[in-house]
Amino acid sequence: MIKQSLRYLVPAVLFGALVGFFFIGLQKDPSEIRSPLIGKSAPAFSLESLGDPAVRVGTADFAGRPWLLNVWATWCGGCRQEHETLLEIARENRVPMMGLNWRDERALALQWLAQLGNPYVSVAFDPEGRTAIDWGVYGAPETFLIGADGKVLHKQIGVMTPEIWRRDFLPLLAATEEGS
Amino acid sequence: MRSTWLQASLLLVWALLANGANAIDSERLEDPVLQQRYEQMTHELRCLVCQNETIADSNATLAADLRRELREMLKAGKSDAEIRAFLTERYGDFVLYLPPVTPRTWLLWAAPALLLLGGMVVAALVVLRRARTARADPAALEEEPENL
Amino acid sequence: MIPEIGHFALILALLFAIAQAFFGLAGAARGQAAWMRASRSAVAGQSVFIAIAFGALAWSFIDKDFSVLYVATNSNSQLPIFYRIAAVWGAHEGSLLLWGLVLAGWSLAVTGLSTSLQPAFRSRVIGILGLISIGFLLFMLTTSNPFERLVPAAFEGRDLNPLLQDFALTIHPPILYAGYVGFSVAFAFACATLIEGRLDSAWARWTRPWTLAAWLFLSIGIALGSWWAYYELGWGGWWFWDPVENASFMPWLAGTALIHSLAVTEKRGLFKSWTILLAVSAFSLSLLGTFLVRSGVLVSVHAFATDPARGLFILVFLSIVIGGALLLYAWRAPGMKSAAGFELAARESFILFNNAFLVAALALILLGTLYPLFMDALELGKISVGPPYFNMVFMVPMLPLLLMLGIGMHTTWKRSRLQPLRNRLLGIAAVALVIALVAGAAVYGEIRPMATIGFVLALWVMGSSLMIPLARLRAGQALPGAVLGMAVAHFGVGVVTLGITGVQSFKIEQDVALAVGDAATIAGYDFRLTALRDVPGPNFVAVEADVLVSRDGETITTLHPQKRLYNSGGNPLTEAGIEVGAARDLFAALGEDLGGGRWSLRLQYKPLIRYIWLGALLIALGGGLAGLDRRYRRAAKAEPALDTASAEVT
Repeated sequence: MIKQSLRYLVPAVLFGALVGFFFIGLQKDPSEIRSPLIGKSAPAFSLESLGDPAVRVGTADFAGRPWLLNVWATWCGGCRQEHETLLEIARENRVPMMGLNWRDERALALQWLAQLGNPYVSVAFDPEGRTAIDWGVYGAPETFLIGADGKVLHKQIGVMTPEIWRRDFLPLLAATEEGS
Repeated sequence: MRSTWLQASLLLVWALLANGANAIDSERLEDPVLQQRYEQMTHELRCLVCQNETIADSNATLAADLRRELREMLKAGKSDAEIRAFLTERYGDFVLYLPPVTPRTWLLWAAPALLLLGGMVVAALVVLRRARTARADPAALEEEPENL
Repeated sequence: MIPEIGHFALILALLFAIAQAFFGLAGAARGQAAWMRASRSAVAGQSVFIAIAFGALAWSFIDKDFSVLYVATNSNSQLPIFYRIAAVWGAHEGSLLLWGLVLAGWSLAVTGLSTSLQPAFRSRVIGILGLISIGFLLFMLTTSNPFERLVPAAFEGRDLNPLLQDFALTIHPPILYAGYVGFSVAFAFACATLIEGRLDSAWARWTRPWTLAAWLFLSIGIALGSWWAYYELGWGGWWFWDPVENASFMPWLAGTALIHSLAVTEKRGLFKSWTILLAVSAFSLSLLGTFLVRSGVLVSVHAFATDPARGLFILVFLSIVIGGALLLYAWRAPGMKSAAGFELAARESFILFNNAFLVAALALILLGTLYPLFMDALELGKISVGPPYFNMVFMVPMLPLLLMLGIGMHTTWKRSRLQPLRNRLLGIAAVALVIALVAGAAVYGEIRPMATIGFVLALWVMGSSLMIPLARLRAGQALPGAVLGMAVAHFGVGVVTLGITGVQSFKIEQDVALAVGDAATIAGYDFRLTALRDVPGPNFVAVEADVLVSRDGETITTLHPQKRLYNSGGNPLTEAGIEVGAARDLFAALGEDLGGGRWSLRLQYKPLIRYIWLGALLIALGGGLAGLDRRYRRAAKAEPALDTASAEVT
């Protein structure tokens, strides 16, 4: 007799579970796409350097060392916002940072760096966006931390801040430095 | 056509403001079979920038870039599965509007059959029970005008 | 000054809503006639002040008062006046105010037109509606105040999203909300029934006209949204299975199941607890939709500006309202069993299966929409579930539904009497099959299996529906509104199926590059680019193309697709050129300047697409005809007391 009546609680119970999921969902960002590259080898590339087309830069430049790849462009507002933080990171001189200039114009990009300062050890020029696609880039700015073993350790989607650097990047950087 | 100055300035504004991409890609693949596959796939892939559009319909630069990659891969003879793998390796399953069939999505793919059969079974059980009641007491079913 | 008046009016409306809820529910519980009367007066009070608040916001828009934050973000001094007024509901805060206004409207209607209901029941219904009003008013006043000031005032507004600057904005949201919100009435009726522990089915008779009315509005509202997306979004799509579209379609499916279930409950006292559950579900899905649009848990083109605080508020509100109703259901529903029977192929049987299919479809859409959320919450990764999935799975319950629909319409209550109809039904099926094959081959040059199935089912439903009034007229019988409405609505379903099959199976879409003078051909139609010019608008500049459309040398029309750049900035907007026809639409949209005098264009051939919206209108018309049946108007005047005859207990 009781069991029969319990059946009628099913809708309420299902609804309760749904609310639970929604509550968790409220804390998440549905538009953020986590990178499937984490834990895998960084996609190798060799591109023209921004400053001198005769010079080529790429993943091979940092073999055996941890390094950062920062995707940026002059048309990207967030890149402007994070530039100061990138300069600070560069001043620390702890880990080299390569820029990936994404779908931009060479002259404009060089002018930008001249005006605002250059935090990059080298800048790869990707006017057609092919390398960006290989790295799963879908918006600028994005910053990747690659470990000494050549594996992608972390991807920051959006503007880099000192807090994010301290909280998300430094621990991983310390771990990979210890390992190498 | 009339005012060349206006048209020129409009085009300049366009060039400056538009990010250079558009969903309309008038470049076609010569092989109609490839073109057909291209059209099918672009409607099944999600644009990661304008996330509620397919890459067929999105104006984002990335969508245009991905369409270009798609065309090149098709011309290079890659299969649909290989193309999808290329994209999911870089962007995850998020990029597929038709979710993959994996252990994690089993419920999603089993649901149509489960719900249909489940619904029909429940309905059938109710109907059979009521029909039994009707047979047991036919007098209770007196005539009634055909009405909603 | 005016915005402050509006704000104050909202506060007063909230106070009246609290009174409405308290006196309504407590008055019924204590049998206090004076309290119940007070609750009814409170409805009027709430309505007046919400209307004042709405008027104040509208006035702020008309007056271009950019010191109000909401007006500054959604309007502009160059915005034409009718869009300025429609902009009131163009974004989050204002659309909430519209919600509240529509809810007050329905509450007023229920209060005024339900004089024949038992006083306690009626009072409970009004009280529950009051609780819902409290939720929305509180939501506005705490997290989403439309009258928030911008200090210092903006010199110029940011402008209404260009995509919304269209006639459809003036009608789509209000009509959609009329439907969406209208299900709250059925919800309130269901909850009142549960609170009172009613075992009879009189409430089903009372609920039916209200549910039909809301369902009618929702049908039109959804059709308007689809039509608007088609011509406005530039790419000729008419349904995207976007989470918010699904959020309006699911209540519609529940509502459709509900109106059928109500018929059974009213007629035979059967399926009482199912009907109650459906009534609760329909409105719950409306509220769920509100949550999905405004909380940011899902990515959607319709999503309003989101904010975790807002999302949390709605979630809590949702939990209280829906959770409360479902707990009431768990408490009272077990006692609602009835002992009546019906034969295997009786109408009750078909309606039950119909509802099983509708609920299955609803569940599938719900699962697909929420699956990405479930997976993300469980840290299982991010996936997308989009149109390719929904298009496929939706057919699974729909195909058997359409098949049974054609038969079920002709069944009678309690008894199966299909034998006499067998020949006629088989005849219709045969005719449908022949036309589908012949016409398909002749018109479109090929026979495709899925398309043929679609056409056969469409014609089957249409033919079967036509048979109802024809048979009655031929037999010299009367054709009451309810029967005619049913036939028209079901005929509409067939028409919608026809349109969907046609456009999905045989549409042709092609991107081309043309210079002035060039032409391209699709589906036998020639599209020739004859001119390009610059066109100024009230608040934009545009490039317009002349596209001459002809077939076999005969000119059909000239289309004028535009690419607009609004003065307030933002991405360029595409206005498609569309040639409407009885058998097909022809569609041209401008892409971009490719240089060298060439432009890219998207050309489309869309067969039978208009029938989708025509069918939807027929469905709504059918609902209207059924609702106007003399039975309801007669019953409204002379309502019998508690219907003891159909009170049954296991």
